[in-house]
Amino acid sequence: METAVFIVCAAIVLAGALGVVLARNPVHAALSLVGTLFGMAVLFLNLEAHFLAAVQIIVYAGAIVVLFLFVIMLLGVDRLEDLSVEPITGQRVLAGIVGLGTFGLAVAFLVTSDIGLPGQEALTGPITDQYSNLRQIADVLFTDYVYAFEATAALLTISVVGAVVMSRRIARADQAQEAPESQEAARDD
Amino acid sequence: MTAVLGPSVFGLDPLYVGGVGLAEVLITLLKVGVAFAILLVAVMLMIWFERKLISDMQNRIGPNLAGPFGIFQTLADGIKLFFKEDLVPEQSDRLVFKLAPYLSLVPAFLVFAVVPVGGDFSGGNGRVSLFGHETFLQVSDPPVGILLVLAMSSVAVYGVMLAGWSSGSKYPLLASVRASAQMVSYEAALGLSLAAVLLKSGSLSTHNIVAEQSVWNWNLWVTWVVPMVIFLIAATAELNRPPFDLVEAEQELVGGFHTEYSSLRFALFFLAEFMNTITMSAIIVTLFLGGPNGPDFTTVGWLSGLLWFFIKLMLFLFAFVWLRATLPRFRYDQLMDLGWKLLIPLSLGWLLVLASYDVAGDRGWNRAAAVIVMLAIMAALAGLLALALRAARQRRELDPQGGFA
Repeated sequence: METAVFIVCAAIVLAGALGVVLARNPVHAALSLVGTLFGMAVLFLNLEAHFLAAVQIIVYAGAIVVLFLFVIMLLGVDRLEDLSVEPITGQRVLAGIVGLGTFGLAVAFLVTSDIGLPGQEALTGPITDQYSNLRQIADVLFTDYVYAFEATAALLTISVVGAVVMSRRIARADQAQEAPESQEAARDD
Repeated sequence: MTAVLGPSVFGLDPLYVGGVGLAEVLITLLKVGVAFAILLVAVMLMIWFERKLISDMQNRIGPNLAGPFGIFQTLADGIKLFFKEDLVPEQSDRLVFKLAPYLSLVPAFLVFAVVPVGGDFSGGNGRVSLFGHETFLQVSDPPVGILLVLAMSSVAVYGVMLAGWSSGSKYPLLASVRASAQMVSYEAALGLSLAAVLLKSGSLSTHNIVAEQSVWNWNLWVTWVVPMVIFLIAATAELNRPPFDLVEAEQELVGGFHTEYSSLRFALFFLAEFMNTITMSAIIVTLFLGGPNGPDFTTVGWLSGLLWFFIKLMLFLFAFVWLRATLPRFRYDQLMDLGWKLLIPLSLGWLLVLASYDVAGDRGWNRAAAVIVMLAIMAALAGLLALALRAARQRRELDPQGGFA
């Protein structure tokens, strides 16, 4: 049963991933990404990581890809890409080589390493109690990794503030004095 | 099978504890079928109820020809929509255009699966007996429970967003950009007010949340009212219902995100909208008003829970219609101000106040003092926020062209 679920979900994840790369329309690519994320969520469920599955949908599918789509729509890049021209010469060949190389490295690591395949060992130990999925994550997050957690939160806040500051034109005092006049000029137009 | 997957994959329902055989599968299918049918009929009645009530409030008669009191009006409308010509605009993205209504509809159905609609929670642990099998009166009780509601409401954003984009027309696109910004913003307030409930219940499972509120221990007063008010406002915005229905502001956007839709696909959007109203009301009842909890006033054990649930549900459905009949639509900047500058800070602050009460209890401090100190800190922070907002507004008035370059 677990294997069957895994096979179906793996197929969905791979199909979605291929869609992200191969779709010519950015919106279709983003939708394929959503498909991949849903497949991942079901894989999490299969591993009895219910909370991770829910968070995967809420955060990634519900917020991040929505923001992607938002940017795509606002910037108006939602048209078909012209794939006949290559912006950087040799880029595609290089991308292929690097991709294959990374894949080869991953496979080589998995074959040669002696710490086992991912998923066989859990850092935080096995899930012992079926009800406390959330409690286990919270325990680890707010005790062992509390500084990393808080630092990440601070980093995210700073980056949000930074993005707002960068996107605003700082009004200098002399500009501020002129502003009402320029508004009137705009109204005359 | 349970030995392989573990019981928690199926949720915490006692039905699956003894293994999954044919009887369990049939009972589950029955529950799914009944929930599906009830939702469809409820939508039909809800549309009639809303039209009748609004016409009463506006001194009109409303639908009165199809059947007694016009109760079959929705059915007639549905049949009309079904036989209308199905248009797919030439400029549209055909695949996404056809997909979008289902992305709205499916989450609306799924949310109802986690709502406990009945059961005796006063002493019977909420279990009922169906054909000799103990089970809960809800389709499923997954361990993530209430998070499924948040997940589905974030998936529902896609339906609106993609419908507007794929229409290949500017007004639907504007509406969908508005809608997705609105829904994503208010999801934050929704989640934060939900956190207050989770703090008090200590569980994500909807069944446990209801069981915690047994008889009169409702979260409405356990969390001191404020989270429910925030949840109700955020839910109204999440549902795109008046006064937050900027998604379909006819004066500005022609018809909104579904301008280009006709026939059955339009009907699907409508179905999803009303179904979301019903399921969201059911969620509010579950979270804050104790779901089926209430004093048993019947002699049959299971009937009282269902009746209490129905009464509370109707209360919110009435409130939603009432809001629509009385309040004018918000302006978009007012909507965003309310969400980001009032509801989110307030729900976050309230969560901390509730937590300080709990921590004081654990540590043996004076609870009242802890809450008062916390409220003072929150008031100071609110003052700072108000000052910052005032400074920003003054600056904007000095330099109206400023801001985003």
